[in-house]
Amino acid sequence: MGKSTVIPFGPQHPVLPEPLHLDLVVQDETVIDCLPQIGFVHRGLEKLVETRDYNQFIYVAERICGICAMGHSLGYAETVESLMGVEVPKRAEYLRVIWHELSRIHSHLLWLGLAADAFGFESMFMHCWRLRERILDIFEKTTGGRVILSVVRVGGVNRDIEDSELAAICQVLDGIKSEYKEIMDTLLTDMSVKNRTVGVGHISLEQANDLSMVGPFGRASGLGYDVRTFGKGAYGELSEFQPITDTQGDCYARVKVRCEEVLQSIGIIEELSAKIPAGDISVKVKGNPEDGARASNVLEQPRGECYYYAEGNGTKFLERMRMRTPTSQNLAGMVSALKGCDLADVNMIILTIDPCISCTER
Amino acid sequence: MAYSGKSPWVIHYDGSSCNGCDIEVLATLCPGFDGERFGVINTGNPKHADIFLVTGSVNEQNIDVVKQIYDQMVEPKVVVACGICACSGGIFHDCYNVIGGVDKAIPVDVYAPGCAVRPETLIDAIVAGVAVLDEKAEKIKAEKKGRA
Repeated sequence: MGKSTVIPFGPQHPVLPEPLHLDLVVQDETVIDCLPQIGFVHRGLEKLVETRDYNQFIYVAERICGICAMGHSLGYAETVESLMGVEVPKRAEYLRVIWHELSRIHSHLLWLGLAADAFGFESMFMHCWRLRERILDIFEKTTGGRVILSVVRVGGVNRDIEDSELAAICQVLDGIKSEYKEIMDTLLTDMSVKNRTVGVGHISLEQANDLSMVGPFGRASGLGYDVRTFGKGAYGELSEFQPITDTQGDCYARVKVRCEEVLQSIGIIEELSAKIPAGDISVKVKGNPEDGARASNVLEQPRGECYYYAEGNGTKFLERMRMRTPTSQNLAGMVSALKGCDLADVNMIILTIDPCISCTER
Repeated sequence: MAYSGKSPWVIHYDGSSCNGCDIEVLATLCPGFDGERFGVINTGNPKHADIFLVTGSVNEQNIDVVKQIYDQMVEPKVVVACGICACSGGIFHDCYNVIGGVDKAIPVDVYAPGCAVRPETLIDAIVAGVAVLDEKAEKIKAEKKGRA
């Protein structure tokens, strides 16, 4: 064994669109330790609740992260609604879940593309992103925005989707499905993909439990935890919901779990758009959160469980708003997956946890 | 031949953006908008890049990184501030950890506003950036001639 060397990784690195700095301690070609350093994207969002009232803050919450924008506005709105005891109309709940699942598809496709790029499969990256554009077209048609949607508000949603348009969305998704299956088959059966992913960055179920991993990262190690099974909002109306898990716990399993989740999300959207009830899309919210009122909420983001906490103080401003995002949960898992891997596999392992740094640092 | 006879290569750095603009920068270069048909290629190496696309505002932690990448790029070079956060700080302008737009750290040539910035705006900004690149290249050429 040679002596150990520290190799800096990032913050500007082609494999990640976001800044993340890692000090990789390597011995020859093997990574023996990894020290993550974050803080490049910290803006101090949580403090903004002191100067933005609870209705305005939803636009800030949405900009915690551009990929999970829909999820964060939904999670924040649900928290404030439970803080104030607001009952949301059924149709709004359905619409929220439909948009949220669409954003899960867009996030997973984005990730599949980046993962393909990480192991040098650039044409697959392009194909995933081409398909993703079709989801963004749906967003643009129904909300006006491609990335930041601004449709959720405290008490409901801002825009309705007409039933004819819902049918059109299902048709688009049906078209995407066949193309997507082709991509998925390639990703899951191709020899060169398997060479890069099978057995790489292994995390056992025990480790996943100890490090309390969430989302597809935990599910790939056999941890059957998915917040959607709690049946909150329109998720409770689904005829059946089973989290997708795998037992292998390596990079390949993580690719597989996310691949299958896209199809699951398409299924959820199809089922909900068939069942959606007619009615109002929002209720008027009056008054302010009570002094000392507290509420917490969990939501399944594309990357895993996200926890929200809010506290009122009797004024229109919240006393405290706090989130714990899936990536900050999973960073410890990433570090333990990196230990003992080859230097060339570092890109792949970092990507398979699907890090979202701007969520984590806010 | 004008400098723009060469395809402009871009480098992208995420200051403290929310990712919204980052994924739009990538989407600009991917099928759908296909910036690559103009020869715009994303590179990870500052020395290879002509245009520096910065998303998000600068803060204490990343201001040095932004400056370093800018310094590593070879002349002529152009900086495009992508998205309103990079232009002025945007919705986060009064956050305690936000210094302001990218122009607080390095000179910015083209501003592309939007939250998140639209790929069409980005393509326009890159095209405008190429014109600035030409201008700067001409200037360098003239200076060299003057010295000789």
